[in-house]
Amino acid sequence: MTEHDDGMNRRKVLECMTWAGTGVLWTIAGGVPASLGIIDEALAAQQKGFTFLQISDSHMGFDKPANPNVKGTLEEAIARVKALPAKPSFMIHTGDISHLSKPAEFDDADQIISQAGLNVHYVPGEHDLIDEDQGKLYRDRYGRGTKGAGWYSFDDNGVHFIGLVNVVNLKAGGLGNLGNEQLEWLEGDLKSRSSSQPIVVFAHIPLWTVYPEWGWGTEDGARALGYLRRFGSVTVLNGHIHQVMQKVEGNVTFHTARSTAFPQPAPGSAPSPGPLKVPDDKLRGMLGIASVTFKQNEQRLAIIDTPIQN
Amino acid sequence: MTIIKVLTRLLVAGVAATYLLAAAPASAEEIAVKIGNFTFGPQELKVKAGTTVTWTNEDDIPHTVVSPNAFRSKVLDTDGKYSFTFTTPGTYKYFCSLHPHMTGTVVVEAQTGRL
Repeated sequence: MTEHDDGMNRRKVLECMTWAGTGVLWTIAGGVPASLGIIDEALAAQQKGFTFLQISDSHMGFDKPANPNVKGTLEEAIARVKALPAKPSFMIHTGDISHLSKPAEFDDADQIISQAGLNVHYVPGEHDLIDEDQGKLYRDRYGRGTKGAGWYSFDDNGVHFIGLVNVVNLKAGGLGNLGNEQLEWLEGDLKSRSSSQPIVVFAHIPLWTVYPEWGWGTEDGARALGYLRRFGSVTVLNGHIHQVMQKVEGNVTFHTARSTAFPQPAPGSAPSPGPLKVPDDKLRGMLGIASVTFKQNEQRLAIIDTPIQN
Repeated sequence: MTIIKVLTRLLVAGVAATYLLAAAPASAEEIAVKIGNFTFGPQELKVKAGTTVTWTNEDDIPHTVVSPNAFRSKVLDTDGKYSFTFTTPGTYKYFCSLHPHMTGTVVVEAQTGRL
């Protein structure tokens, strides 16, 4: 488990560690997201903010040694979600729902994820757009009400949420890519908003440059962040790299979530970013979910990453 | 006139023969490129026109082989293969459209000294 809230002490962190979960739970308070110790029911009861969950990289259909049972680990993750003492408002899924964009893989994901009983907002990963028609299956299933390759925004509890797509039209030698059309839409989407409104942006590939040698970054991410600069609270949630990473830059908090399927190596620690095979008893400690809590009058959303099993 | 006709015929025959030589898979070479650890190996390849290159994905993650305006594979899952026969000389830069930091080049040369 990883704890990112400034206000958390060691004891609370340890409490969090007893909560074996599978996502990041986010709370937003006072216009700013902050991580929330939802493990402790009493603590959770004190929270006046609202909470949502992030899951990522389910990779339904993956069957290699790094995890031959990705359905099982997703089921375990969703079981953790269902067991939460306080029901989150909704879930976001930051892509790679499927491994090969096959209908049966999307079916399996839907069947398991729906058991959480939460509304889910999706953005695609590159693995979700590799059917013959390059994304038709994804757009038919998840793209209703979205624009372009599947981007959209919505408001919930006073927070503005923006789902971006940075996995299409990738250029040789490059990184993730948003493209001009989407960036212009983003600029327009933000234009009339008050700088005091908290913003949560979610996309598959990290919008910040994590490790360009492995393609872990977004070519034109800086332009998107430029539009977000005037806002007092911006939280960027990504997946893709199958491990927790966090960075705070000014008013912007960047965060990547674990996968529920298989871990990937830390940047540069292996010859390639391919699936990391770990001993069976270690795997569930490297998969997980994240919860995000937003509390009024706090500068930052609270993010708690929780492994499926400690 | 007759001489010119004969010469023309010879010339046409000569051109046709040259064309056949170039087009025929005189050296129907086959070359393999491995995709492993998110790299194409060998990353740079020099082949004669007519050569068929076959890429095989040895990673546990799917990849593609895409050269804009030239060729585009379907998604290659583990052990998936894609072949392309290079008939036109030139430099073909390609990449994996899922992991665009993966790039490679195939330089295709004309058959044995012609062109």
